[in-house]
Amino acid sequence: MVFKVLSGNGAQAEAARLARVQVIAAYPITPQTTIVEALAEMVASGELKAQYVKVESEHSALQVCLSASALGARTYSATSSQGLLLMHELLHWASGQRTPMVLGVVNRAVAPPWNIGADHADTMSQRDTGWIQFYPESNQEVLDTVLTAYRLVEDPEIRLPAMVTEDAFYLSHTFEPVDVPDPETVDRFLPPKDARAILRPGVVSRLGSFTGPDHYVGFRHQVAEAMDRVLPKLQEVESEYARRIGRVLGGPLVGYRTEDADAVLLTLGTTSTTARGVVDDLRSSGRKVGMAKLRVFRPFPVEAVRQLARTVGRIGVLDRSFTFGALGPAASEVRSALYGIPSPPSVTSFLSGIGGRDVGPQDLRRVFEALLVSEAPGPRWMDLETSGEVAAHG
Amino acid sequence: MAKLTIPRQELMYSGHAACPGCGPALAMRLLLKGLGPRTVVSVPASCWTVIATPYPTTALGVGMLDNAIEATGASISGLRAAADALGLGDLNVVGFAGDGGTADIGLQSLSGMLERGTDALYVMYDNEAYMNTGVQRSSATPQGAWTTTTPVAGEARGKLEPKKDIMAIVLAHHPVYAATLNPSFPEDFVRKVEKARERKGPRFFHVYAACPPGWRYDSDQTIELGRLATYAGIFPLYEVEMGRLRITRRMGQLKPVEEYLKAQGRFRHFSPEEVQQVQEQARARWDDLLARERAANPPERAAVPGEPASPALPPPVAGEALGRT
Repeated sequence: MVFKVLSGNGAQAEAARLARVQVIAAYPITPQTTIVEALAEMVASGELKAQYVKVESEHSALQVCLSASALGARTYSATSSQGLLLMHELLHWASGQRTPMVLGVVNRAVAPPWNIGADHADTMSQRDTGWIQFYPESNQEVLDTVLTAYRLVEDPEIRLPAMVTEDAFYLSHTFEPVDVPDPETVDRFLPPKDARAILRPGVVSRLGSFTGPDHYVGFRHQVAEAMDRVLPKLQEVESEYARRIGRVLGGPLVGYRTEDADAVLLTLGTTSTTARGVVDDLRSSGRKVGMAKLRVFRPFPVEAVRQLARTVGRIGVLDRSFTFGALGPAASEVRSALYGIPSPPSVTSFLSGIGGRDVGPQDLRRVFEALLVSEAPGPRWMDLETSGEVAAHG
Repeated sequence: MAKLTIPRQELMYSGHAACPGCGPALAMRLLLKGLGPRTVVSVPASCWTVIATPYPTTALGVGMLDNAIEATGASISGLRAAADALGLGDLNVVGFAGDGGTADIGLQSLSGMLERGTDALYVMYDNEAYMNTGVQRSSATPQGAWTTTTPVAGEARGKLEPKKDIMAIVLAHHPVYAATLNPSFPEDFVRKVEKARERKGPRFFHVYAACPPGWRYDSDQTIELGRLATYAGIFPLYEVEMGRLRITRRMGQLKPVEEYLKAQGRFRHFSPEEVQQVQEQARARWDDLLARERAANPPERAAVPGEPASPALPPPVAGEALGRT
């Protein structure tokens, strides 16, 4: 066990090194760039034996990973915001061609106007592309999640791509001690990729192909079935990770002091840490509140959310992005998951931290207070209720 | 008896879905004969998506990867990186894309692959329009040609702009090998494929790929039309190795372009002046090639006794050979 002081981006790169990725596609974009810079150093020094392909766009970055994965290589790339949006077409290809891969995404606001702050609009708008989505809250969790993601996506029953996100700057450029497992231990957890690729030299095969309505629906259904197997498989993979590496990741929805709570706030990413502290403060002053971190957004953990809802009167959902014409994306999913259950809790959509706006303990205290007094569905744009901060940031 | 230079092995099967007389089908067949079975072909959305036949069948005797229309260059970079990482160094990595997928929407990806020095072969099969979608103009459509988006009606006289010079663009990236190929000259075709197969680094083929329904001619005329294209200087055959240009099909006298143009419905509206213009362009193209060939291969200076032999000239970079820097 070695502690290294790493940024979230450093944790992504360390995890890719420990996973012994064979092909890396690199294209810069703020705030992702330090990931591919770190990997360039590792490859140049010989510390990581990988093909490092310096592509001319994010679109090509994903195609390099797709084609390399199709031939059987373990691949890694990372991007943010506009870069992820440029990849959109190929995100569908990756799930449709069943090319397992892991993509680091530093969540960043989408233009216009230009903004490089933390915001989940980039990944949320890719939720229907057939990718597994993880939203870690710490640099340690980034490293652990990337390693478990490789094991998960390469499982023959899954064979889907996964993105492991980090909040821009709050994780990507913030340093903290990270327990980096030794390579031999990781090797036992994550053996080399089973290169039983469809595309092999000397083998007559076609990956992709075209079909009429007769076969097309069958292929789509296979992707859906693989997605349905993700959460049970994740449980196995995380148990194995805990056994080998000694850290428990907690599955797709990690509750905190939710027992006997009147109100529970669901969070994604770094606001989870702040929310936990606020829950402790409010509990100590007698308020019965809890929180739950939504670690996995795709596939959406419907059962876990229903389980949580059984004992809670009010659920708030804190989204760091907005779906125009609807609610916050996570809030919509939570409402949908709870439809039809007996005596469901109220669900309130809160939007906070848009475009990198800081979400501090006071902000979350306001969210909890609103949640405890009202069952209004929202959405509430919390950032707009703190005009002082606008001046400070402007 | 003459030795047969074209391998007997077929790696493209009958039962494919190409139209009768399809140039791209001939191109794939000859290409795979020259490359052999240890080949993976990456194919974007194009006629060949369909020609290869729908799931669960395939018309190719090698592995085929479908890719998005604009991503062929990146796809072969990824295949090569994986092949190198997995110890499959002897794998022939090939991209096989149409003119739209290469010279239009795929140009960035092609440029990236060439600039990175990807060890792979990129083939642009040029049927001079978006044929799979039903004959819309591409940047590779010849000037004046009829397509569904460059109609001939009233004042409109087909495509206004000249054909994009993809070879000039490719040569500006200094590939190790680039050549023009025409299935109507199968020995020349396969010889270039075999030559490219032995090279390391980025390689590019510009393949003449006639299209009977899109160009509006009878499907039994494909081979004859291809011969005319080269003999008339419309599509001269040459290769460029490390910047050195060499013409591989030499003509003492170019055939008139009129015969080539008259054979195709897409040029039927051409006035004698328009035919004359194409004639002049063919002449200029041919003269330019001859000049570039001479510039790339200067006559060797005789060594003077007692003096060290003059050192070989370094191969000119492609830009210099083109005279377009």
